[in-house]
Amino acid sequence: MTKISAALAAALLASTAVPALAATPKDALVIAATIDDITSLDPAEVFEFSGGDVANNVYDTLLSIDPKALDKGYVPGIAESWTISADGLTYVFKIRQNVKFHSGNPLTADDVVFSLMRAVKLNKTPAFILNQFGLTKETVDQKVRKTGTHEVTMTIDKAFAPSMVLNCMTATITSIVDMKVAMANQKDGDFGYEYLKTRSAASGQYKLVNWKASDGYTLEKVDGNWQGNATLKRVIVRHVAETASQRLLLTKGDVDIARDLSPDDVDAVKKDPSLKVVDDLKGRITYFSANQKHPILSKPEVVEAMKYLVDYDGLRATILRGRAVVHQSFEPRTFLGAIDDAPYRLDVDRAKALLAKAGYPNGFNIQMDVRSAFPTTEIAQSIQSNFAKAGIKMEIIPGDGRQTLTKYRARTHDLYIGAWGPDYPDPHTNADTFARNPTNNTDDAKGTGFLTWRNAWAIPAMTARTDAAVLEKDNKKRAEGYGDIQREHQRTSPFVIIYQQVVQTGMRKNVSGFHSGGPVSSAYYWTVKK
Amino acid sequence: MVGSVLLTFFGLLLITFLIGRVVPVDPVLSAVGDRASHDTYEQARRELGLHLPLWEQFVNYVLQVLRGELGKSVLTANTVVDDIKRVFPATLELATTATFFGVALGVPMGVVAAVNQGRWPDQLVRLLGLFGYSMPVFWLGLMGLLLFYGILDIAAAPGRLDFANLDVVETWTGLILLDAALQNEWEIFFDALHHLILPAAVLGYFSLAYISRMTRSFMLEQLRQEYVTTARVKGLSEARVVWRHALGNVMVPLITVIALSYANLLEGSVLTETVFAWPGLGLYLTSSLLAADMNAVLGATLVVGVIFIGINLLSDLLYKLVDPRAK
Repeated sequence: MTKISAALAAALLASTAVPALAATPKDALVIAATIDDITSLDPAEVFEFSGGDVANNVYDTLLSIDPKALDKGYVPGIAESWTISADGLTYVFKIRQNVKFHSGNPLTADDVVFSLMRAVKLNKTPAFILNQFGLTKETVDQKVRKTGTHEVTMTIDKAFAPSMVLNCMTATITSIVDMKVAMANQKDGDFGYEYLKTRSAASGQYKLVNWKASDGYTLEKVDGNWQGNATLKRVIVRHVAETASQRLLLTKGDVDIARDLSPDDVDAVKKDPSLKVVDDLKGRITYFSANQKHPILSKPEVVEAMKYLVDYDGLRATILRGRAVVHQSFEPRTFLGAIDDAPYRLDVDRAKALLAKAGYPNGFNIQMDVRSAFPTTEIAQSIQSNFAKAGIKMEIIPGDGRQTLTKYRARTHDLYIGAWGPDYPDPHTNADTFARNPTNNTDDAKGTGFLTWRNAWAIPAMTARTDAAVLEKDNKKRAEGYGDIQREHQRTSPFVIIYQQVVQTGMRKNVSGFHSGGPVSSAYYWTVKK
Repeated sequence: MVGSVLLTFFGLLLITFLIGRVVPVDPVLSAVGDRASHDTYEQARRELGLHLPLWEQFVNYVLQVLRGELGKSVLTANTVVDDIKRVFPATLELATTATFFGVALGVPMGVVAAVNQGRWPDQLVRLLGLFGYSMPVFWLGLMGLLLFYGILDIAAAPGRLDFANLDVVETWTGLILLDAALQNEWEIFFDALHHLILPAAVLGYFSLAYISRMTRSFMLEQLRQEYVTTARVKGLSEARVVWRHALGNVMVPLITVIALSYANLLEGSVLTETVFAWPGLGLYLTSSLLAADMNAVLGATLVVGVIFIGINLLSDLLYKLVDPRAK
């Protein structure tokens, strides 16, 4: 036994003799983040936040977003220019020349056609972004064609607002894939999908060197990109689930950036002179909604009363502390047509009067499905205590995110608290789900993509207005249209919209140029200097 | 013997499969997310085989396992076999080192406590054990990190290696210590050891608490036996009486205790793995379960089953080694 103890002591000594690395390599960006949401790196499938970050730095998309001018919206990408026919149905894209894939293959119009075609035919989650223009498995071969050496023509089935079509062409699903590499690795007609789930065949500033699920990934710089070269040679992103561990790593200089800090961690990082916190408004909106199949919740006064029973400012100041701006309409700030109107504030007396008018002067019992995670639980608890002041006894049903979501999608909830982020940088993405219900509103309709359907809210008139707004060619009129819809939505909808997310990224003082992408995009690594 | 092992496996598969199907989580949702169109959703449901009747899904799964395949994980896009090859060595390395800590310190502590029953060494060991039992591992891990990494700077950062040392050593066994040693990369070896010590010590503390307590109670029982008195009367030194005779006789139950504790650690410790960013089996199993990623859950459960059965067999063999009567 003494021998074992001696060996143990020796091992301990040996281990402590190695000094902890105090700084990250000069030419590498090291990031600690929660990245276990990555389930695929094929750009035809990437749809979660962390996967979007990888694709944004590895692939070039048909149209692009300028990280230095996110507000500008779409800018030329692999398509260096485009023309739109008078009837608004035909888009001709001129393909940028002299772009090379990481493999050395030149990027051509064939690669563009291939990439859009495979995205539609693979029919993974983001395929709906292209499907909405009438590009389906059956039609895509006719509707997206090479019409010149450097020219691709896309025909759509309705005269959508050009801003809508072009905004959608910046989405990850329009990433241009190296056709030769994908097809060389094709299995059972999958266009290289199995291969690309864990690898890249791209032309962006970085190439994917490796990815280990729920562990991390490494990117390596490739020079010669048309947008300019990345500054740092390598980007190393590690999955660190625990926020306190992320903060320790950042404080000790073992990472340059920590992306998921809790409010307490942020406070501590702000006090450290070698660190800084960068705030960035994102597009994600947090709300709770009332199932209209419920006899009590379907009374308009009841939902209106609930809108007066949320302490919007209190939540922002105490629980969310810098991670939110109060926002009560469904379009995120900075989106076309977004409005800042915030007509609701905590007003218990007014809520009581509304409840009395609805026939519930003493309140009622109700349940809310709540994902057990910060800050959802804390927000629900705050709502619960304010509800109690007006006599509403709300029971919190805690669950894992997927569990509460399963119930929500089956329309078996009373109240559900959740968040929604835009799918592409155009106002139609949120209008489509919050203010449009094209189904017959029955359970069998399975309109799970519409939050309106999930809450059994039938709105034929508002649906028609939303449908008109997405066809409006004049951007000013289009913005006004969305403004009007949102104001009516604020008054009449069963959605209580609470706030828009602000992300707080902790970083070393010497790091500059990191941008998490704002409401419209994903993170940019290639602009980072240190 | 073989029959009962097979039956155990079959029961394990069936129960895990059924639990996976009654969990109120839609497994298609994990695969396609919340935004997929109805068409995409249905396509994924068919690809996952979820449109088939439950019995047919189970039969298909068993046939697949018999072919030596565990299917693909929805969450990681890899085959479950590849995933387990990646996550299990991380857990094995951690659990083995932790058990080493637990045994190397826990057994002597238990013996010392028993010999000094009621006196201060006994109180101290019991107090340490009590702490080990009642302290949440999550808190202990974070405090350990704060003190030894954050303040004293003697422990390494969370993770299995320094970021600069990632991907230097080729993965042969997945056990970084072993791979580094085999490839003569001693800098990596010591870096990995440096990263391993703290999480293993935190995890080992819990097995130490259990092992020292059990050793103490086994020893107390032995020290009351007549053969101990006889040995003392014969004039044997106290050390020999305690460490050779009494401890020798508690070896069989002690092996069971150590084996159980080792097997527990090999299932993976979710909280320790979370705090120390350790990509092991516990995290894998938990995240798969929460996502209703059934191939991954069933695959990982099978591995845990194999571990338990394997360790039981191993401890049976060890009994025979330490106690000739067991032959």
